[in-house]
Amino acid sequence: MSEYQLQEIPVGPYRHLVSERAVSGETMLLNMGPQHPSTHGVLRLLLELDGEVVVNCIPDIGFLHTGVEKNMEAKTYQKAEVMTDRLDYMNNMGNNLAYVMAVEKLVDLDVPPRAQALRVILTELQRIASHLVWLGTSGLDLAAMSMFLYCFREREIILDIFELVSGQRMMVTYFRPGGVWRDVPVEFEAAVRNFIKIFPKRIDEYEALLTKNPLWLDRMVGIGKLDAATALQHGVTGPMLRASGVNWDLRKTRPYAGYEQYDFNVPVETKGDTYARYIVRVQELRESLKIVEQALNKLPLGPVHSDNRKFVPPPRSEIGTSMEALIHHFKLWTEGFPAPKASVYSAIESPRGELGVYLEGDGGPKPYRVHWRTPSFDNLSVISKIVKGHLVADLIAILASTDIVLGDIDR
Amino acid sequence: MGVEQKLGNLGIVTTTLETTVNWARTNAMWPMLFGLACCAIEMMSAQAADYDMSRFGMELMRPSPRQSDLMIVAGRVSRKMAPVLRRLYDQMPEPKWVIAMGDCASCGGVFNNYAVVQGVDEVVPVDVYVAGCPPRPEALIHGVVTLFEKVKGEKFKDLVKA
Repeated sequence: MSEYQLQEIPVGPYRHLVSERAVSGETMLLNMGPQHPSTHGVLRLLLELDGEVVVNCIPDIGFLHTGVEKNMEAKTYQKAEVMTDRLDYMNNMGNNLAYVMAVEKLVDLDVPPRAQALRVILTELQRIASHLVWLGTSGLDLAAMSMFLYCFREREIILDIFELVSGQRMMVTYFRPGGVWRDVPVEFEAAVRNFIKIFPKRIDEYEALLTKNPLWLDRMVGIGKLDAATALQHGVTGPMLRASGVNWDLRKTRPYAGYEQYDFNVPVETKGDTYARYIVRVQELRESLKIVEQALNKLPLGPVHSDNRKFVPPPRSEIGTSMEALIHHFKLWTEGFPAPKASVYSAIESPRGELGVYLEGDGGPKPYRVHWRTPSFDNLSVISKIVKGHLVADLIAILASTDIVLGDIDR
Repeated sequence: MGVEQKLGNLGIVTTTLETTVNWARTNAMWPMLFGLACCAIEMMSAQAADYDMSRFGMELMRPSPRQSDLMIVAGRVSRKMAPVLRRLYDQMPEPKWVIAMGDCASCGGVFNNYAVVQGVDEVVPVDVYVAGCPPRPEALIHGVVTLFEKVKGEKFKDLVKA
């Protein structure tokens, strides 16, 4: 037993990170994680506690480091895409979009309007699915167990739509450089319309349970205040930044994939506390649904991928009859397509903030360097500032409201 | 043969202690609430409304290894996480079982690189491997039911360590 008795954490290695009071033994160092139900993955937080008050909070990341960037450099541009699904595993469609946009920018490939509209519909559905997981799990953290069951019920409808179009529930790899994998099946429109019909009532249900619930308000209002200046210093983006009063959404400020055609609002709150982040995300659920509806109404007919055969594989029907098509098919799947010696950066607004991809080509079919600018990483960096002086129980609420995904942080 | 025939229809069932204990174990197996990566989200789906793993006596996820019987390794295990995982396994009381959920936990999956342990069986003994990236909730439930079949056939003498 002695091996696993509660051991005091020595101050020594953390001397430069903790206060003087920890050295004298006045405050206590406590581990939270990496196996903890409220760290939303394998995050370790080293807490310096004065009684129950957090004096210092030092995040220790890297427990989910996967080497995704290095793996991508060993694969061709098409094959590297499967890695992107597994980065931020709540935002698979969004990761695909950020990556294929970077590749399209690098090789200068245009995308037909139908593919653009499909991309918008599916990434917005993904945003809703991601926010639903956030709402369900943060409800669970703050002892609202039923939220978890309700949110996952609706998430299943979205995952069924994803399965319909791509064959997979989570790791979709549906967007491809130059368009999307295949056109959506005929059932797609009815499935999305069904979701649009039932979902607004479900959001009302969530809000009826939480928004004015005194217990929910007690745990959230005034907790973990983040002011706009600190947020900008730390590179915080997404709903966390918008809850602090900065109106910054890449879908509006730097529109991509045709977002400028759709009419939607960017919810902004000014308080910057945990409750403001909750309000922003719940409003985003409604706004995303608006975008999905508009895009579906305007969904143009036509091809779903570019007909540039140097980058997009030919359809199966052509391979049997055309020698050119066969050669292109063979070249694309054995060698891949070469990209120029250049570097590009492309970013999207993921459910968590600015998700950017930096790609550097070296003239060959594989990227020389891939780097991901992931929003959770920057959003987590601010946590040590905003939890100071709060109770350990409030730390749970604050961590839940940052909506971090460890796959996104550690890569 | 024996006592059932003598007693007649008195509502008495005879069985062995082993069978009874194993039956009880399969009906109240407490998994550890321990998610690593993408598969953890599907594990949550398996617990949630549509799939509802509590039908199999598994509604109680314990966040503490001290109170759990089953470790579901849901996701890729990095080299930094592997010692933590082993320590959690050691902290679980006997008898204990391990399900490797998903390709990464089973064999490294798509991540054949410096950072990921190529199969969690390098670190802990695995009873059931569930394939898929990530496995659907049904696949996880099937894995759990497969584990139950294994547990039902366990002998006491095999559990006693020399």
